[in-house]
Amino acid sequence: MITAECSECGGAVSFKSAPILHELIRCPECGAELEVVTLEPVTMAPAPTEEEDWGE
Amino acid sequence: MTKLSCTIVGGTGYTGGELLRILNTHPDACVTQVTSRSRMGEYAHTVHPNLRSTPAGNLQFVRPDDVARSDVAFLCLPHGEASTQIERWAGLADTVIDLSADFRLRDHAAYSRWYGSAHPAPQWLDKFVYGLPELTRQQLKGARYASGVGCNATATNLALMPLVKAGLLDTRMPIISDAKVGSSEAGAEATDASHHPERSGAVRSYAPAGHRHAAEVEQMIGMLGGAAAPLHMSATSIEMVRGVLATVHCFVKEPVQDKALWKAFRDCYQGEPFVRIVKSSTGIYRAPEPKILSGSNYADVGFAVSNDGRKVTLLCAIDNLVKGAAGSAVQCLNVMHGFDERAGLEFTGLHP
Repeated sequence: MITAECSECGGAVSFKSAPILHELIRCPECGAELEVVTLEPVTMAPAPTEEEDWGE
Repeated sequence: MTKLSCTIVGGTGYTGGELLRILNTHPDACVTQVTSRSRMGEYAHTVHPNLRSTPAGNLQFVRPDDVARSDVAFLCLPHGEASTQIERWAGLADTVIDLSADFRLRDHAAYSRWYGSAHPAPQWLDKFVYGLPELTRQQLKGARYASGVGCNATATNLALMPLVKAGLLDTRMPIISDAKVGSSEAGAEATDASHHPERSGAVRSYAPAGHRHAAEVEQMIGMLGGAAAPLHMSATSIEMVRGVLATVHCFVKEPVQDKALWKAFRDCYQGEPFVRIVKSSTGIYRAPEPKILSGSNYADVGFAVSNDGRKVTLLCAIDNLVKGAAGSAVQCLNVMHGFDERAGLEFTGLHP
């Protein structure tokens, strides 16, 4: 099983199958939603969240 | 294997009731005697109705003078009584675990300062190990005597320990702990102040300054080799029966971010059977919450960092009667006798 470090808390995040670029996954320890941003090595960053444009 | 026989001395209070409940399902220990001066001859389940039709609930209270020898004595006596009776109980049991404040402090002078009188049995202070396994596990192994822990001290200690161990605290700055606590901390004796119309809905500052449990926090910092920092503790009783939520405000030497504190908490509590780090961006309870710990021996800890990284808010939630008293006492028993540390203590609490 492939594991990578959560960018937010440093916890171990496990992938059931080979990670895919831009895949979203949630850290089991801190609950952060993460996006896979590189594959070799596997690194993650906080997933982009929808932003309200307030009608602009 | 024959189970250890346990005597509960002072079994009508809430901590005595919790010991009876926990030891009911313990694989290696059982209660054989429970004492009461006021309810002699009555079944334990008349005082602790949750124990009806259980082995512990079917025990009848005996007079303290009539206690026979057992393997273990748990002392659940009012403040000051264990220390004046310790010779007798140590003669009646190989292992003594005292849940009162009488043997928590190692330093005789600190005891006098915080409790306002000289210790009645100072020669016994060195024989007792402070009963918080997360702090004193090695000393507890094979020990014969363990003290109890203060519930508010435990919540504060477990919140602070990761930063003390990691050397992150700025000890020139104050540490301020406020504990929100449930009404069961006041014990089983009714008073005018605990009368339902007076107590219900109250937010009661019952120890706004000079809380005695600060002595146990100072002791913990010293045991871990930390420098003394100005420590202020207060306790506020809220609309809750069980539970403590300690909120501890402190400062760090250098600015930190969440990740550094995650590391400090993981380094401190990796492998601990009863401490969980709760700091989540999802879910219903994203920070430690005593509501879901009722009846359990878990301590949930968490933290938050200020924008400038210098001020840290630490949180710890426990059940005051379990991790803050009877549960830690049984956890100590398990460590002292080499049992599985989780024995009898695996209840996870209730939700909702």
